[in-house]
Amino acid sequence: MLKQRRFLIEILTAVGLIVAPFVLPHLGFAPNTVNRILVWGFFGLGFDILFGFTGLLSFGQSAFYGTGGFVAAYLLTRAGFPDVFLALVIGMIAAAVTGYFIGLIALRRTGIYFAMITVAIAEVFYFVEFNPLAHWTGGENGLPGVPTPSFNLGFTTLEFTTGWSLYQFLAVCYFVGVVIALRIVRSPVGAIFSAIRDNPLRATAVGHNIHGYKLTAFVIAAAYAGFSGGLLGSMQAFMPPDAFMFETSGQLIMQTAIGGPGTLFGPLVGAAVWLFLQDFLQSALGLGAAWKLVLGAVFVLLVCFLRRGIIGGIADLYRLAFGKRAHRESAAASAKALTAEEEQAIAEADVAKQPDPPPMAPLNRAGDGYAGPILQATGLTKRYGGLLANSDIDFTVKHGELRGIIGPNGAGKSTFFKMLTCEVAPTSGKIVFEGLDITGMNVTDVCQLGLTKSYQVNQLFSGLTVRENLIIAALSELRGKFRLDMFRSLQSIPGLSEQVERTLELVNLTTRPDTPVSELAYGEKRRLEIGLALATSPSLLLLDEPLAGMSPRERVETVKLLKSISKGRTMIIIDHDMDSLFELVERVTVLQEGRVLVEGTPDEIKNNAVVQEAYLGGVHGVLDA
Amino acid sequence: MMNWPNFVSQLFNGLALGALLALISSGLTIIYGTLGVLNLAHGAMFMLGGYAGYVAYTYTDSFIVAVIGGSLFVMILGIVMERVIIRHFYHRPHEDQLLVTFGLGICFVEIVRFIFSSQSLVVPPPPLFQGITSLGFMFYPTYRIAVVGIVAVALAVLFIVLYRTRLGMIVRAGIEDSVMVDSLGINVYRVFMIVFGIGAMAAGFAGIINAPVVSLTPGIGDDILVQTFVVVVIGGVGSFPGAILGGLIAGEIISITSMINPGYAYVMLFVAMTLVLVLRPHGLLGTQGRE
Repeated sequence: MLKQRRFLIEILTAVGLIVAPFVLPHLGFAPNTVNRILVWGFFGLGFDILFGFTGLLSFGQSAFYGTGGFVAAYLLTRAGFPDVFLALVIGMIAAAVTGYFIGLIALRRTGIYFAMITVAIAEVFYFVEFNPLAHWTGGENGLPGVPTPSFNLGFTTLEFTTGWSLYQFLAVCYFVGVVIALRIVRSPVGAIFSAIRDNPLRATAVGHNIHGYKLTAFVIAAAYAGFSGGLLGSMQAFMPPDAFMFETSGQLIMQTAIGGPGTLFGPLVGAAVWLFLQDFLQSALGLGAAWKLVLGAVFVLLVCFLRRGIIGGIADLYRLAFGKRAHRESAAASAKALTAEEEQAIAEADVAKQPDPPPMAPLNRAGDGYAGPILQATGLTKRYGGLLANSDIDFTVKHGELRGIIGPNGAGKSTFFKMLTCEVAPTSGKIVFEGLDITGMNVTDVCQLGLTKSYQVNQLFSGLTVRENLIIAALSELRGKFRLDMFRSLQSIPGLSEQVERTLELVNLTTRPDTPVSELAYGEKRRLEIGLALATSPSLLLLDEPLAGMSPRERVETVKLLKSISKGRTMIIIDHDMDSLFELVERVTVLQEGRVLVEGTPDEIKNNAVVQEAYLGGVHGVLDA
Repeated sequence: MMNWPNFVSQLFNGLALGALLALISSGLTIIYGTLGVLNLAHGAMFMLGGYAGYVAYTYTDSFIVAVIGGSLFVMILGIVMERVIIRHFYHRPHEDQLLVTFGLGICFVEIVRFIFSSQSLVVPPPPLFQGITSLGFMFYPTYRIAVVGIVAVALAVLFIVLYRTRLGMIVRAGIEDSVMVDSLGINVYRVFMIVFGIGAMAAGFAGIINAPVVSLTPGIGDDILVQTFVVVVIGGVGSFPGAILGGLIAGEIISITSMINPGYAYVMLFVAMTLVLVLRPHGLLGTQGRE
């Protein structure tokens, strides 16, 4: 992610754009080539937000490039529209609106479906331009005679015609484009974009309406594409019909992958490499049409071996060469892992150091007057074909209660949790949360109401740091499920950093907030998993096997953690570690074969013959996990 | 233009195109279903089948040899591609798989362009099927009728391989759960390789069969790829019957719309795809949860 000194990237971009005309000619770049690079780079800013940041690989960006370009070109040539800049803006808006409607269709599916649908849609646009709309778009001839921009300032007129003169205009456009893109990427919306890329399932579960955010990214990309399409027409004094061709989308994707996705500047670097090599291979080496083969091969090699493109490769090199600080950290970490005893001593010291983390009050979302049970499920049944996973479960939890659920493998515990959080719809039955019937709602809305869970198998945003993970969860509580504050910085959201810090403290990760999730130890990931659920300030927290796979020492630590979380909060915990669970909870529900077997206090359950029979086949003895 | 023989002949054209699309799409869909990789180079495979067949034809003057040569060449290329590159992408994100196959597709097209230039090449239909046939009420090119028959046989063979052999059973099990197949002691990677070869061969075979209908150009696979995507979205990803149904539907939509106004063929195809996406998001014969 882009996180550096304030405005550093903006300043560097401005300096780069100012210096470029003095440096690039010496490297063999003609002014027109530089201008084309800027147009592709601008096009790519939006595409990188869509692909690099949100993880949606669209093969149909040519549709919006062409739409924006042809709308602007039509206004300027056929309709006699006087103002070039305004025409470009109108083209951009047209492309964005088109993007909205196309996005509604294409985003119905994800992954390869999304890729295939975008390909098909872009192809439709190409044929529409050629035939039904040929009267307006000039068909295969395109629209010649697109003027270049000029601005009448009253006392003088600024004209941007060709070469370096036009460069000034394009450079300003690119700079503004970068500033806007950076703001978006650094906004809460940008943070959620990355969350969608890394783990859409969890982004939904912590309470974000990811469909809305995906559509937003799609429209942003379409708007950037539309404006750059207009720039293309103006730059060439001609709007070519091949803007609509599949090759356009392909070239954009390849340039982005070559430069480095998820960097915003990747497409610009990629375009520079692409256009430079094209000139170089064609003229200097005399390869003629084979240049595209060479570039294709380069692209395949890059995808195979340098997934993060040129910028990513340089960043990795830089880290290798100058990453001493990181080295020291990891050395410290390995020193820490010397012996288990030492580790335990340190952990105990850690735990001792923070005997009483500040309790984090759950948000009170329900009406003040509500006094009934926080959760009431009646007759909950889930059938998968012939398999009855849950059968007629009645389940009530009071405010502030700590409930445990145990049961042999396959008893339907996880299915039960999935129904409570509305991840799967029950076949029949009713769920009432804080007096509100939530049956049939979706997981996002339920999370917004204050009911969420931590997963049995970690569902983290693996490409992000610990802090960024928690920010994404906290944002859902502070901003609601969908909000378009695209130009707001994360720092300006009241309460965000406090909430993240508090959660870090609660789950004992204060020493590693900036560590990428991929470098965390298993126990730490497990705690972050709980932290993600916690950061949404749930009033009812479900924990699906929080102790699974932990070492005995980690269990002790986590039980202590759970105890501190439970203050002022209602929790339901599934686990197989009965010693820990009985120590934690006030009441236990035992599930077996999809039904409630028995319910009672830990002591009652321990001595219940039916439970012992279920677990140990009737042997009366000590219960063991 | 809208007269009865014209309409019927367009229906036949649609059937021929639909049968070809069905064959190509089933190749794409069984590869995706089993390996989880969407092969964006599939259109290039179709094109390569045509060119490889053309080369075989120029040396032997035999259409049969051209068909066998074209299909085998693409099958071997598919196997090599799977072993050398695709195999390393099974555990990488879908996006990487799309990028690498997309890049490979471009390389194949450009290699062909480099060798054969962009001029269109012609493979004549076999002597047996040359000329036109009278269907009583109208005349129709014999070879196009033959195409429907040949492709129907090819689809039947593919069906038998998929549904009546041990390999097919493994492939279908692999579509359901490849990890489970692997843990049952079947070398799933070898199956993947064979499936990729068969899927590529389906496209290559269609490529050479189609060559006498339309002249060969290096870019011939690009349009076909897009149409194949629509077919797969309509039929349901990973579904062999879905590919056939989707292929026939798409073929007829293109042909019948072309009769009225060729410019709208893609628009109608897109409308059909959108309808399916809205009404049955997983495709006509697709199952939920495959993405």
